[in-house]
Amino acid sequence: MRGGVLQLEAVGVLHLGAERAAVDSVSMEVAAGEILSILGASGSGKTTLLRAVAGLEPTATGSIRLDGADLAGVPPQRRGVALMFQDLALFPHLDVAGNVGFGLRGRGLDRAGRDQRVQDLLERVRLVGFEHRSVTTLSGGQRQRVALARALATEPSVLLLDEPLSALDRSLRAELLTELRELFRASDLTVVHVTHDQGEAFALADRVVIMDHGSVVAEGTPEQLWSDPGTEFVARFLGHRTILDADRIAHLVDIGAVGGRVLVPEPAVTVEVPDDPADANAVVESATFVAGRCEVRCRLLSGGAELTATLPTAPPSGTPVRIALDRTALRTLRT
Amino acid sequence: MGERVPLRSSLRWRPLLAAPPLVFLTLFFLWPVLAILERGLRPAGRVDLGVVVDVLTDPTVARVAWFTLWESALSTIACIVIGLPGAALFARVAFRGRRTLWSLLLVPFVMPTVVVATAFIVLIGPSGVTGVSLTGTIWAILIAHVFFNYAVVVRTVGAAWMTLDDRTVEAARTLGASPVRAFLSVTLPQLRAAIAAAASVVFLFSFTSFGVVLLLGGVRQRTLEVEIYDQTARFLHLDVAAVLAILQLIGVVLVLVLLGRLRSGHGRSGTAVVGADLRAGREQLRPPASLGARLFLLINLAVMGAVLAAPLVVLVIRSLSTAQGWGFAAYRALGSARRGSTAFIDPTDALGNSLRFATVTMILAVLLGACGAWAIAGRGTPRGRSNGGRGPRFGGAAELALMVPLGASAVTVGFGCLIALDRPPLDLRTSWWMLPIAHTVIALPFVISVLVPGIRSVDGRLLDAAASLGASRLGVWWRVELPLVRRSLLVAAGFAFAISLGEFGATAFLVRADDPTLPIAIGRALGRPGGDSFSQALALSVILLVVTAVVVLAVDRLRPIRGAEF
Repeated sequence: MRGGVLQLEAVGVLHLGAERAAVDSVSMEVAAGEILSILGASGSGKTTLLRAVAGLEPTATGSIRLDGADLAGVPPQRRGVALMFQDLALFPHLDVAGNVGFGLRGRGLDRAGRDQRVQDLLERVRLVGFEHRSVTTLSGGQRQRVALARALATEPSVLLLDEPLSALDRSLRAELLTELRELFRASDLTVVHVTHDQGEAFALADRVVIMDHGSVVAEGTPEQLWSDPGTEFVARFLGHRTILDADRIAHLVDIGAVGGRVLVPEPAVTVEVPDDPADANAVVESATFVAGRCEVRCRLLSGGAELTATLPTAPPSGTPVRIALDRTALRTLRT
Repeated sequence: MGERVPLRSSLRWRPLLAAPPLVFLTLFFLWPVLAILERGLRPAGRVDLGVVVDVLTDPTVARVAWFTLWESALSTIACIVIGLPGAALFARVAFRGRRTLWSLLLVPFVMPTVVVATAFIVLIGPSGVTGVSLTGTIWAILIAHVFFNYAVVVRTVGAAWMTLDDRTVEAARTLGASPVRAFLSVTLPQLRAAIAAAASVVFLFSFTSFGVVLLLGGVRQRTLEVEIYDQTARFLHLDVAAVLAILQLIGVVLVLVLLGRLRSGHGRSGTAVVGADLRAGREQLRPPASLGARLFLLINLAVMGAVLAAPLVVLVIRSLSTAQGWGFAAYRALGSARRGSTAFIDPTDALGNSLRFATVTMILAVLLGACGAWAIAGRGTPRGRSNGGRGPRFGGAAELALMVPLGASAVTVGFGCLIALDRPPLDLRTSWWMLPIAHTVIALPFVISVLVPGIRSVDGRLLDAAASLGASRLGVWWRVELPLVRRSLLVAAGFAFAISLGEFGATAFLVRADDPTLPIAIGRALGRPGGDSFSQALALSVILLVVTAVVVLAVDRLRPIRGAEF
């Protein structure tokens, strides 16, 4: 299976009767074999964009190209693009094998060939033996795998995933995420994945695009975006908690003449309990235990700004602490 | 404090609720049917198959039976073909007036057959406004059957279509299916059960169609139903009529069994047409943006206009046109028509009789139907379990028993009551009660099929909550369940009323000279020669049309109580 190159140029999608374009002049390129995550809140236009690529939503402007060929006017069934739907859209009247093999009809395979393909696919998603089960009797994770196998069956050059894991519980999600990643890596498939969950996007993607109100607002590798989100919106959307006016921490660190809003990533903050309480410049407000470490919220004595730091153990609330900031880790933000 | 009685103990007395409707149907449906069997197979007190052999070898009977069969098959196919696009329209296209139109569809469905026959005589009769005379041909019957049953297909299949996930079609498209293949391999299979259910109802209604065939079919187009009536009322050959009725019953049962297989797993009965709600998620509805979509909308509206609206509109217009121009002359003449003649029926008396019968039928049918429906749907088991909250097996058997009259024709009911209930202990032939009782037999399956889904849709957790807040079992029913089922009860009452108002087949057998009904008056007026009689029939038809339409529209527009859906 060889992934295709997907190019979007100034793509716009209008919904009838809506005031604003659902997708407003979006351009992006997905390289062959790349996994791209589109991250955005609900209503950001990410799903609409995905449906436009699949040919299920007419575009008003721009062009969508696959391996250089314009997809305008190409009906969904001839695009070579497979879409895995948020609620899966499994065919309730067909069994597992019927679902997985649906796209194999009319592709020059005889019955035995089709059965063989279905077997291979079920093996890949670890569902061998489920051929004749009704899809309505499967667990959430199993249904997910059937949907994935069904989408992979047609050997698409681009696989589109719309919130593929949103219906699953946390632990199952983590497990499937790893599985998906390995599967995509091994198959060299081009994948465009849409989600509202930054953890999911960061775990799966080579590159992340963030959308808001129909437009792309940020783009980069997970590391790049996390360490330098660029705008306050993106920073907050990614889960950064300490964003404040530069002058409120000016007495702690020399931030030069930048001014404006500053992002203080958690690793940039060091917290220690001083021997002499008089050396303290902050006090612990609260601590939350999260996945093996403590997120400690501290309030600066001067100016009252609050900062979040990550510590192995948390001092009790009210403890006077001394805070230092790593100047190189701070990022100024555009509004 | 006493020991808490588990809710399940309500199961013990639940079957008792089924007793009143079952006793009623035994007396006024099963007993008459048995009387027909007796009359046909043992005419002189012992088994004598002479009449059976005579009837079965009669070439006329064979012709009538064959006509009945293929006429029903053709009607069914026509209704499905014309109705499926309509179902798609309501399920997928957003357009102004969608909700109103959905309600309006029910008007033809419950329109009295005599009104429809009159309307079609005006439209396509010998001197009809279209100039094409189709009465006396199969076409008139086919068109009339489409008129009646369009709503069955559109509302039954449409409601199922609305619950289909559009994304299954989109998934098929991205997997390489063309629109046609996606429809054939994804949409159609998921609609199969609903289509089979609709088809079975349309087939049954066409198979047992009486008034339309009698009044539009002329002398050549005759169904078993009409033949039974003629043998009884015209030739007084009750033995022959009984054998024909048995033949028809066998046909009905065969159809029910055959189609019951097709729609296996589909819990709803075909009469879901009445209770079918518009419930498409908004995201599945799309405004007709493309040219093709607009054309689709227009063609569907044109079909509805031509088949459903045109006959009724033309009927109303024609009733208002007199030799002296537009006016209510025909209506005024109703009060001053020649009295004394044997055929004369005072229209105001007829209307009064019809309304009285309809009211009594409504009360009887709703009381008995409510008992039956709660017996079938009552909460023996908690909702949402593996059996889908349907309760134990008892419900299924009771449901079957109570729904049986749906398959039996009005003529069977009328004929059966005629020959069974004319001697003590049940001598009702000359009683005023005969008609409302027969009408209740016919209305009961409809009432139950509206009430059962209504009762089942009540969230069991609400009742548990009420009980845990200290309400007694009766209190839970009275303060929570009944208010939530109120809408279904009103809809059922409205339909029982409308069915009685327009009933013609059974009434034709059982009506007393003292208190004729409006449909009978119309039938008589149609049968008499002369322009005066015809304009009288028109005016009476319009009155019946208006009353029926008002009742049906009023009940269908009642919104479901939101809380019922939690």
